[in-house]
Amino acid sequence: MEHSFIKALSEIVGEQYTLSDPESLACYGYDSTPELQSRPGVVVLPGRSEEIAKVLALCDGAGVRVTPRGSGTNLSGGSISFDAGVVLQTSRMNRILEIDEENLTATVETGVITSTLHREVEAKGLFYPPDPGSMNISTMGGNVAENSGGLRGLKYGVTDDYVMGLKTILASGELLKTGGKVVKDVAGYNLNQLLVSSEGTLGVFSEVTVKLIPKPQAKKTMLVHFPQLEQAALTVSHIIAARIIPATLEFLDRTTIKCVEDYAHVGLPLDVDAVLLIEVDGHPAQVEEDAAGIRDICERHHCSFFQTAAGPEEALKLATARRVALSALARVRPTTILEDATVPRSCIAPMVKLIQDTAKKYDLLIGTFGHAGDGNLHPTCLTDERNPDEIKRAHQAFGEIFEATIAMGGTITGEHGVGVAKKKYLPKLVGESGLKVMRGIKGAFDPRGTLNPGKIF
Amino acid sequence: MDYVKLINCMRCGMCLPHCPTYKETFLETASPRGRVALVRKFQEGELVESEKFLEYVSLCLDCQACASACPCGVNAGELVAEFRCERKQEQGLSTMEELILRKLVPHPDRLEAATAPLRLYQRTGLQKVVRSLGLLKVFPAALGRMEGLLPKLPEAPLRQTISEVTPAVGEQKGTVGFFLGCVMSLIFTEASLATVQLLSTLGYKVVTPKDQKCCGAPNMLGHDIDGLKEAARFNTDLFQSQELDFVVTDCGGCGAELKKYGHHLDGEAAATAFSTKVRDISEVLAAEAGALKEKLKPLPLKVTYHDPCHIAHCQGIRSQPRALINLIPGIDFRELPEADACCGSAGTYNIEKPEMSDRVLSRKVQNVQKTGADYLVTSNPGCLLQLKKALSEATPPVKVIHLTELLQMSLNG
Repeated sequence: MEHSFIKALSEIVGEQYTLSDPESLACYGYDSTPELQSRPGVVVLPGRSEEIAKVLALCDGAGVRVTPRGSGTNLSGGSISFDAGVVLQTSRMNRILEIDEENLTATVETGVITSTLHREVEAKGLFYPPDPGSMNISTMGGNVAENSGGLRGLKYGVTDDYVMGLKTILASGELLKTGGKVVKDVAGYNLNQLLVSSEGTLGVFSEVTVKLIPKPQAKKTMLVHFPQLEQAALTVSHIIAARIIPATLEFLDRTTIKCVEDYAHVGLPLDVDAVLLIEVDGHPAQVEEDAAGIRDICERHHCSFFQTAAGPEEALKLATARRVALSALARVRPTTILEDATVPRSCIAPMVKLIQDTAKKYDLLIGTFGHAGDGNLHPTCLTDERNPDEIKRAHQAFGEIFEATIAMGGTITGEHGVGVAKKKYLPKLVGESGLKVMRGIKGAFDPRGTLNPGKIF
Repeated sequence: MDYVKLINCMRCGMCLPHCPTYKETFLETASPRGRVALVRKFQEGELVESEKFLEYVSLCLDCQACASACPCGVNAGELVAEFRCERKQEQGLSTMEELILRKLVPHPDRLEAATAPLRLYQRTGLQKVVRSLGLLKVFPAALGRMEGLLPKLPEAPLRQTISEVTPAVGEQKGTVGFFLGCVMSLIFTEASLATVQLLSTLGYKVVTPKDQKCCGAPNMLGHDIDGLKEAARFNTDLFQSQELDFVVTDCGGCGAELKKYGHHLDGEAAATAFSTKVRDISEVLAAEAGALKEKLKPLPLKVTYHDPCHIAHCQGIRSQPRALINLIPGIDFRELPEADACCGSAGTYNIEKPEMSDRVLSRKVQNVQKTGADYLVTSNPGCLLQLKKALSEATPPVKVIHLTELLQMSLNG
């Protein structure tokens, strides 16, 4: 990258926040996606939205591409610059601007860490439900860009169910305000929702306004063991069919259980095919009734053990176990390829079975866990990047898994985004007309293709 | 260096919110994930050992919070330390390092003699004169910082005054060895006396061999592996020659190092046996909670606890100190936000990297103030030095004491 251009950037954001030494560039050449790496040309860390605007206008004018980045927990390569362009990290913009208790909204800068927002709103008796696995480090801007889900997605939905308003800097440097604090708004196209899950290709968020809800009064956390996988999967479908909607309904298979237990020592069983982590919350009476109903369904499906957490501490321990599942799997082999195939929830049982059969067919170790309640599974292939043959087989296996997912009426990603990792599957899912409309939208927002090039399509 | 350990890092970012230097800078190069990436790129030949490279790698406080946080079992802090150590082996020790690590640290008498002028300096009132005239500004910055941190030294180091055997009070329950530690003996004599008194009150005969040497942690810090091994072998032989149920220490840093002797001496049976006997004082006392509780008298104090890195992250001891504080009747215990985050002391880090150390420390001070406590309890001499200074200057000031001093206060009523 040219020295004069780097200098111009540093005049906008300051010298100490403009990084171009080889060491820094090496450290911004990755996110959490396995296998993918590519060094940017320069990294900037703006501290205010005006600085984002100036950086984008400068880059757009000079034909330099920009890749926005929060904490770099992306799992589809979305925050990696593949064309030696600018990486724009938003972490310094981390102020909670307002918690509006009258309107039940919170407005934050884009770099605010998700769990920090949780803590602040819960101290006021309010609740921001989206809780992605990476919530202790992921940024709100990143959550919006990827439309992140989380453990509570089944009952409460995902990020886009809570985004009410955005301040977005377009590639040109113009500020676009969409939505706001109004609950009802049908004026024109819903650009607000369009920007959610745009993966940094349409604009860079500077401020996010989210909806808050009252904090549930009570909750109960349960851990259920199943000697047979099919019974666990059927239990999931039958709980939903019985019109019970838990906040959390998570699934861990045998491979995952073993790894999590090795790390977290929470007393998970090592001799069962699957466990379900179930949490119900709401009015105390409703919580009791739902928990009893769930217990009844689990017992009818031959669970071998049913545990209710004694208190909040034990509940947190169980939930933490699920939260670290992905990283715990990484203890087994160095390269962990995680996917998020998502199917209609009635298809959970056949999908889990298909994943296991595919693993066997390609001689791979695949651990599966995920948000069974909303059909979002994370088959995770444990490999070693130094073994090209194994990596090739892993990609073949995932190709088959995604084809089956689409055939079942599912989707190629439930919460991690398309990025570059799943680009090749998108045409099969949305078709030619879908791609054409998406490209048209991209052109309307970012005519020169400045923002996050090469992602999604 | 084991390459597989480096590629095990999946870059999930779970370490980032736990890293003190990342929390201050938001820079990948100042994060555990980033440092592992740097070392890996170096091994792969993509990066060279430039000045910047060394600056980034040495910004790590080695607090090991990343190891506690990593679900993949990657110990980023240790990998970076190992890397620095390997580089040092190639370069060899400097004359100054040789002098300090080989000629001074391993000899308690020389170390004590070296601090004698300081004692004199403080006692004659010279310290006051120097401080009031601002003469320290004339000295090199590092020396000035060191001087500023030092509290009033005791009359004599504990090693010189303590008896080799302190008998148990009442019926003898067992025999424990007491590991003095350099800084505890030289500076925090009162706390270590309290440790011995607590053990003897609970029925332990306490043996304190006077020949014991430094645990070797400074050698580890200075990347002097041979010196470390020498210290490990000497102390192992000395303590293993006695019939001891445990070897107790009230210094987090010593405890962490002593527990690794087996590893340092490549699994030698005697060293491993010694390591398994080592206990932090809080582990021994927490196991005796019932007996201890009966003897404690009320203390109406607002107290918070700072987890030293060498206690929480290196030894996994978190619940015991809190349980012990809560044993004291009338205590109002307030949990410290980010209690197990480093205080910035980190061996000699506060002298070598004053700017980052101060940023990390100031976050700790703010968190302590949020609790409204009038006492901060901790159990590592580095933390005690750093926090005593900072919190005595805070408004309102907060008293900083060792866990055993608090328990002794309650014991004495």
